[in-house]
Amino acid sequence: MSMRLLRLFSGREATAPVARERLQILLAHERGLLGQSDLLVTLREEILAVVSKHIQLDPDKVMVKLERGKSVSTLEVDIEVPNNFDKKASGERRMAG
Amino acid sequence: MAKVLVVTSGKGGVGKTTSTAALGAALAQRGQNVVVVDFDVGLRNLDLVMGAERRVVFDLINVVQGVAKLPQALIRDKRLENLWLLPASQTRDKDALTDEGVGRVIDELRSRFDWILCDSPAGIERGATLAMRYCDEAVIVTNPEVSSVRDSDRIIGMLDSKTVRAERGERVEKHILITRYDPARAARGEMLNIDDILEILATPLLGIIPESQDVLKASNVGSPVTLNNADSAPARAYVDASRRLMGEEVAMVVPAERKGFMDRLLGRRAA
Repeated sequence: MSMRLLRLFSGREATAPVARERLQILLAHERGLLGQSDLLVTLREEILAVVSKHIQLDPDKVMVKLERGKSVSTLEVDIEVPNNFDKKASGERRMAG
Repeated sequence: MAKVLVVTSGKGGVGKTTSTAALGAALAQRGQNVVVVDFDVGLRNLDLVMGAERRVVFDLINVVQGVAKLPQALIRDKRLENLWLLPASQTRDKDALTDEGVGRVIDELRSRFDWILCDSPAGIERGATLAMRYCDEAVIVTNPEVSSVRDSDRIIGMLDSKTVRAERGERVEKHILITRYDPARAARGEMLNIDDILEILATPLLGIIPESQDVLKASNVGSPVTLNNADSAPARAYVDASRRLMGEEVAMVVPAERKGFMDRLLGRRAA
């Protein structure tokens, strides 16, 4: 109320409340994003570890993406594997057996 | 016990170097042994603000790389005998700093000083992360302005994750220092007020430095504002902040300019 009165007399607009609101919304979003990127790093490492047990992988060819949609979000995992990965694995198995 | 304090912000031009010099001098005036360390490799300015630019021989990079010994690179202040400067290199780039090398220099400084104030470069790259890497405490310099508050939030996140203390599960004590504050504009709702900033950043306040011409005047002549005009509003605010750093309880007020008779007569604005 006092702010409104002040504005009325001074003819100036109080822009600080707008700044405050914009910051609060933005930072809530950004803090979430930073947390999310940690999650993606963890997911990527763990997926890499599991798949690497069975297939030899180039770690740089493992992509994990999270896309946020309005109602659903999608987690996209894209792993590039060499063409002869299964032959190698079976070869190793034969040698081991 | 020596304390390593990083003065940081993310955003450039908010007053990190001014604040490092002013707080360093204020702590030294209270009898503490203080060194201010410039981490802005390639764009050093703490030497200029301290008025020691013509006395730089060796620098932080030389010490990190073992070219010079620490005592050769330390410059004693002309005004206070227990205030020292470790300048940054002006010709090298930030890649010349190594994590391990910085750690060694900080360890050596810990054995010689009560306070090690690290003046961080702007940004979130190598120079800034190394400046905060070994800190016990952090002063986050923030202007009452949206982009500065956003960058401060980012820096707070880094202090909580990328410092040695954070990695050990220990806490970095963080303080917000608001600079370039204009109480009149905040009262009119034209500038974010203190409570808004503190609520958004959820970090305790170390001090409020009012916008003032005395800051520019002090840097013009190469003197920390706390030494150049001890009676000025920003100097008193920095002294209060330094006392809080030393654990004293000091009431939080925004020091006002003391206007002279002529100023009042002519209706001169403070800022």
